[in-house]
Amino acid sequence: MGDNGFLKRVMVIGGGIAGISAAIDIGNGGYEVLLVERLPSIGGRMLQLSETFPTLDCAQCTLTPKTVETGQHPKIKLLTYSEIEEVKGKVGDFWVKIRRKPTYVDWTKCTGCGLCQEKCPSKNPSDFDRGMGMGKAIYTLSPQAVPNKPVIDPSKCRYFKEGKCRVCEKICPVHAIDYEQNESFLEERVGAIIVAIGFDLIPKENFGEYGYGLIPDVIDCLAFERLNSASGPTNGEIRRPSDGKIPKEVVFIQCCGSRDPARYMPYCSRVCCMYTAKHARLYKHKVHDGQAYIFYMDIRSTGKGYEEFIQQAIEEDGILYLRGRVSRIFRDGEKIAVWGVDTLSGKQVHIMADLVVLATAIVPQPDSKKLANILGIKTDEHGFFTESDRKIKPIETGIEGIYIAGCAQGPKDIADAVAHANASASKVQALFAKY
Amino acid sequence: MDYLYFPGCTLYTKAKNFDQTARNCSILLGFELKEMDNWTCCGATFPLATDNIMALLAPSRILAKAKQEGDTLTTLCAICFNVIKRTNKLIQTDQEKREKINNFIEMNYQGDLKVLHYLEILKNDIGFLKLKEKIKKPLEGLKTAPYYGCMLLRPFEEMEFDDKERPTIFEEFLLALGAQPVEFPYKIECCGSFQSVGSPEVATECAYRILSSAIKQGAEAMVSTCPMCTFNIDHKQVDIKKKYLDFKSIPVFYFTQLLGIAMGLDIQTLGFDQNEIDPMPLLREKGLV
Repeated sequence: MGDNGFLKRVMVIGGGIAGISAAIDIGNGGYEVLLVERLPSIGGRMLQLSETFPTLDCAQCTLTPKTVETGQHPKIKLLTYSEIEEVKGKVGDFWVKIRRKPTYVDWTKCTGCGLCQEKCPSKNPSDFDRGMGMGKAIYTLSPQAVPNKPVIDPSKCRYFKEGKCRVCEKICPVHAIDYEQNESFLEERVGAIIVAIGFDLIPKENFGEYGYGLIPDVIDCLAFERLNSASGPTNGEIRRPSDGKIPKEVVFIQCCGSRDPARYMPYCSRVCCMYTAKHARLYKHKVHDGQAYIFYMDIRSTGKGYEEFIQQAIEEDGILYLRGRVSRIFRDGEKIAVWGVDTLSGKQVHIMADLVVLATAIVPQPDSKKLANILGIKTDEHGFFTESDRKIKPIETGIEGIYIAGCAQGPKDIADAVAHANASASKVQALFAKY
Repeated sequence: MDYLYFPGCTLYTKAKNFDQTARNCSILLGFELKEMDNWTCCGATFPLATDNIMALLAPSRILAKAKQEGDTLTTLCAICFNVIKRTNKLIQTDQEKREKINNFIEMNYQGDLKVLHYLEILKNDIGFLKLKEKIKKPLEGLKTAPYYGCMLLRPFEEMEFDDKERPTIFEEFLLALGAQPVEFPYKIECCGSFQSVGSPEVATECAYRILSSAIKQGAEAMVSTCPMCTFNIDHKQVDIKKKYLDFKSIPVFYFTQLLGIAMGLDIQTLGFDQNEIDPMPLLREKGLV
């Protein structure tokens, strides 16, 4: 604390790549950081990704050192499985009320041995694997979770639902299971706040023309990341969800819900061109005799090394780019009929595909407007947080001491999200240096 | 209760069987289709050019006249329904066009009529549960493919009839009659429409795709609500057979014909002589005649 009562302590909301990057920077600067994450562990969306563009290096290999560093950083205090309830005060002295959701596991006792997850009899489609793999009712998000402590999902746990089971309690060698745990509230005081709550995807159930999400082999982009990931439901083999067969014809559709002001989101989601090219290339690297088709509106590859990446997709990997939209997808026997148009040749294109991947639009986290109300800052009409100035103040909000980082402000790729987060960290440090 | 009724040209010529069965069934169901006076052709297509007022005059005149006789106007033909309902919506929402149209037809119509389809009366006013109770001869075991085509459903924002990608009203109707609806992916695909005049081979191909997909899913018959679709998917089967020698025909019913069978109408009144593919062998096989 400065002489004038100014608290040189910051709260980062959101433990994705943006939140982590900001937290590490500020921690390294010598200030205390409180990192609040809604999920049981940090890492965010990047943890779900397989490889990243334009280098095709493993997302988890890049991310894990960062999450571990965050977990072990002497200046960073992790508050996972927690949400912001109330914020009062002003720059230099914010009072924050945080709700800690019950984990039903005493994390002070838990050693993270994983026995409970192994023995838990309740198997359910895993949200983390986009419903494709099976998860347990007591779970961690990944084997490298930070912190590596499980939580129980009472909506899936047999004991909570049926009153019988208690297997995890019996098996736990340190008696850490506590079914009686209640939510608790925590009050903290900080001098500045960084909002880095990330993004969500528009649900594929919105797209009637693509089967309302009812065709199992029409999946969204994050699901394809999970299929491709070595830690995913197929251990990294590309197998389609319906029957586990290796798909030989895969259709990727860009701009699903993006750049569609009449029906969905008017903006460009910025990353779909690149990750779709990445998906198609990774698919070709694994299934050599397969064919990948990409329906696109325009190719927007404006980052460093991005255009080259697209060219390699076309020239080296033989991805077939079709400029046009898909009007309809339906199941025809074991195949999925994809009807689209190639506007360059002016011809209709009918593809009988085995798997269809939708590049669904990036949308704000569903509770972003609620959080904006709590913080007293603004969002745009979609729910992305509004910066003070589009060009020269992309980090600041309307309230001094509250900053935004990453996709909470708008769609970004990893490199831009990290840069944005680093900038927010230096804003905070500059603010603290003043007092 | 009576419903003011606009039959449309085709129902007086090529699709008399559609008109007749609808009228007869309505009497059995306790309502009457009261044909509006001095009706004209609906225009047959909704103008796609935004400045084309000319093509809107016929349906506008129909609507304005109908308003003098009642508050709703019921149609059977999917194309008439589409043209009249969309024109009505346009008059409701576009003040400039409304004034121009009213000036031209020298009437004053504000778009306050409700345009109905016969299926909507069955679903909303009678109710499919009630309808089921009134069925005398359930169409048990009749595997029927519900063919919607485009005109009932699109454009969705103007038609507001049923889900544009996954409609269910026909299935509900068939279940009420005791028939077995067959799910097939081409149920909302275009039949080829007026291509059957200029490029008949295109329409034949469309019809072939629709029919063979339904047959593959086990359909023994198809049901339609549009004389245009019926022309393509029923009458075109003659051409399909010439091109695809192994194609096995299936009868195509107007939904009111199936309703007529189920309501116990005399088979002679169902107008099967206008159906290209004779449904009698199938109906005999199913014990329905």
